[in-house]
Amino acid sequence: MADDLERAEIIVTEVHKKINDAFEVFDHDLNKTVDVREIGAIVRSLGCFPTEAELLDIIDERPPNVLLLKVEEPSGFICFERFLPTMSKILMEHKFRPIPEDMLLTAFEVLDRQKKGHLEPDELTDYMRQGNEPFTHLEMEEMLSSAVDPDSNLIYYKDFVNTMVLDGER
Amino acid sequence: MGCGTSIATEPQGMALETGKPMKAAILIQGWYRRYMARLEMRRRYTWNIFQSIEYAGEQDQLQLSSFFSFMLDNFTHLNGSGPDLISQLLDPVVDPWLGRETCYELIPVSESYSGPRISFPLSISHTNSLLNAFKEHQTLHARYALQLLWETKKLLKQMPNIVHMSTSYAKEITICGDLHGHLDDLLLIFYKNGLPSADTPYVFNGDFVDRGKQSTEVVLILFAYLLLYPNHMHLNRGNHEDHIMNLRYGFTKEVMQKYKTHGREILQLFQDVFSLLPIATVIDSKVLIVHGGISDQTDLDFLNSIERHKVKSALRLPRCSLEQLDVSQPYKQATSQRSAHSPRPGSSHSRRQRTRTQTKRKRHHGLSHQDSASSSSSSSSSSSQCSPRTPSCLSPRPCYSSPSVPFSTDVLQVPFLDSLASLPPPSPPRVEREWKQMVDVLWSDPKPQDGCSPNIFRGGGCYYGPDITQRLLRHHGYQLLIRSHECKQEGYEICHGGHVITIFSASNYYEEGSNRGAYVKLGQDLLPRFYQYQVSRTTRKLTLTQRVRAAEGSALRALQEKLFSHRSELLTGFLPYDHNNTGCVSVSEWAQVLETVLRLDLPWRTLRPHLARLAPDGSVEYLSCFDYMGPGLQLPQVTPNLTETLVRYRTDLELIFNIIDKDHSGLISLDEFRHTWRLFSAHLGVALDDGAIDALARSIDFNKDGSIDFTEFLEAFRVVHKLDNKDH
Repeated sequence: MADDLERAEIIVTEVHKKINDAFEVFDHDLNKTVDVREIGAIVRSLGCFPTEAELLDIIDERPPNVLLLKVEEPSGFICFERFLPTMSKILMEHKFRPIPEDMLLTAFEVLDRQKKGHLEPDELTDYMRQGNEPFTHLEMEEMLSSAVDPDSNLIYYKDFVNTMVLDGER
Repeated sequence: MGCGTSIATEPQGMALETGKPMKAAILIQGWYRRYMARLEMRRRYTWNIFQSIEYAGEQDQLQLSSFFSFMLDNFTHLNGSGPDLISQLLDPVVDPWLGRETCYELIPVSESYSGPRISFPLSISHTNSLLNAFKEHQTLHARYALQLLWETKKLLKQMPNIVHMSTSYAKEITICGDLHGHLDDLLLIFYKNGLPSADTPYVFNGDFVDRGKQSTEVVLILFAYLLLYPNHMHLNRGNHEDHIMNLRYGFTKEVMQKYKTHGREILQLFQDVFSLLPIATVIDSKVLIVHGGISDQTDLDFLNSIERHKVKSALRLPRCSLEQLDVSQPYKQATSQRSAHSPRPGSSHSRRQRTRTQTKRKRHHGLSHQDSASSSSSSSSSSSQCSPRTPSCLSPRPCYSSPSVPFSTDVLQVPFLDSLASLPPPSPPRVEREWKQMVDVLWSDPKPQDGCSPNIFRGGGCYYGPDITQRLLRHHGYQLLIRSHECKQEGYEICHGGHVITIFSASNYYEEGSNRGAYVKLGQDLLPRFYQYQVSRTTRKLTLTQRVRAAEGSALRALQEKLFSHRSELLTGFLPYDHNNTGCVSVSEWAQVLETVLRLDLPWRTLRPHLARLAPDGSVEYLSCFDYMGPGLQLPQVTPNLTETLVRYRTDLELIFNIIDKDHSGLISLDEFRHTWRLFSAHLGVALDDGAIDALARSIDFNKDGSIDFTEFLEAFRVVHKLDNKDH
């Protein structure tokens, strides 16, 4: 029993350190705050797949004990004390779990209706502009710049999936 | 399992099989957003690695310089190295040859010289031909280079310390930041913004040289335009316009390579010219432009009154002041304690340990880190001392006077550096004050918190908060401070509520794709307008992924090199955690050891996959973090860990060697080698007996002619990546 407790404590400490590590990368002023707009990068780089809406929830969530904090949070910034409990909970409860890689390829194959093995840039753009959280212009531009094969002007999605998977998992 | 509420409600496989493209699109969106987040994370920590390593290098430089100064001020107390050697270290004897103003006229320019020919006074056709020649990778003949420098020196002598400009004469004034020998960036600025002229006035805010490969070209072009348009072209001094910095960061070497016969005279002249560069520029009595910034001591009226050329180098400390002698009981205790420990091999990192503790203060103030105890003492030392004396005078004081700080005995074994304060005679207060005021202006960085504290991250200058900025601006009725000195990803950054602008003009500073460059233009409304750019060597635009990957690769290599050069310390650190001799420690322990030994504040857990392998049980096989690197050449191990020490300190060693090798021939005698080594080992506190040094010297005097090609020697200690070919 005591062992279990100890082990649990170690796990919690590790999770905290992991979060701290990721947070610090974005804490430019070294004052334990980060720009709200970078919370997405932190949460996702910790392996989570939240939607944009869920991200907003994370940003807005105020754990009860934190309301008592005397820390004045500059507007547009999130301080570590507030972020840590929310993020720990997410990681411990395994929320926003990763989607397996093969799902990603399957998803592209669904979009490639004629099974050509590639997509046209316009085709992909149309799809990515769909849904509740369509890509912004900037996101689309960046995605195309890395996904489109410059010689054929086509998206060989199998290669692109490989790039994303490899770079993400290393 | 799910990429969001919309999908999580039903099994994904089914959702896709039913062929709903919408679901597929949402899944891809989610995946792609996480992929970009990871990429962003990598871009950021890459930046952190580059910056940490850069500033750690500056700290080393300042450490080394204060050591030299100590030697210079006290050489009579030392045995072994004679005064001849020491005195030439940092105060080069003025060559009488250089006194003759027209010496360059005696240098013949052969008929076969195809480079640009210039005469004075310069005309636009001269500057144009210079630009074109440099674009074609030609070198300006030594005769013309010397003449250009002479003319520049003459002109600069007449300039005030603080130059005033007005927007009423031109529509807009362009201000550029650090160029660091990036000629392509300078040419791009001229291409985009126009060549300097009465209609297009420029301020170049220091750091023209070092690091980049074309510092000579950059600085000669700038000087040529200065001569052509003395009223519309202004150059502020930066912390790299400093002959001792140039020894370490490449400008000295570059000049010697480009001017083999007259390199020395040219360097000497550069040194003079650099010390004559104005310190600050003020536009419309409203905008202050300086290279680094200010401190709570900065007094512009005083700065305006000093003889600026007397400050040859921020690293050549004036003799220590009364202020520092005024360190009473606690300090003496510390001194005696220190001398009780003799330096031993392996303790050489102790100086870093102390600096690191101070760095910690900044990085983790008020947080529940294990060593947060040290965060308490920073305020006591902060405001009065803001100068690169950090290594010798600054850091020990708060520590010794505050018994609560938990220092290990290791920290007290710093040889020489700290004892500096106790020995030398006081310098005239005015000289010291002039020097300190200059150093603060050239070396300081802004910080978001109020107050002023020593810049321990760099080791020189200070950090100034918004309140310090406010006070100075208000005092003079200014509204804006423009400074450079720090590389920014976007080329510029605004802080202190819009009152401080950082402008940095060398794109790809750390690595291809690492950052953009920028310049800023001010019109009569004095509202800054920024222009960004990035020099690209490839015709095809790199994708974000490719850029991040390239930069990350080179940052990681630099980091792996650091790991390798601290191998034995790291191994010693891992040992206590490796109870059963399995070669494995937990991730947490691994990260802690790295953090303690390397003194770099980096996200070690995030970086772990790039630095070390995991065992099947999830622990770290710590030996694997040395797998990437090996020394370039196997040398006889005359003393344990010598290779590692040399790898780690090759830059320091190279600098000492560059000073000793006065004619920059690249060769030194065995005797000089011994001197170098003795200085060096004294600096590091590595005890090496003469026998070991002689053995080393003999082993590298390959042709047995009594002299050593030192450059080659050092090349042998450049660590190489075993996997380099595999990587690319």
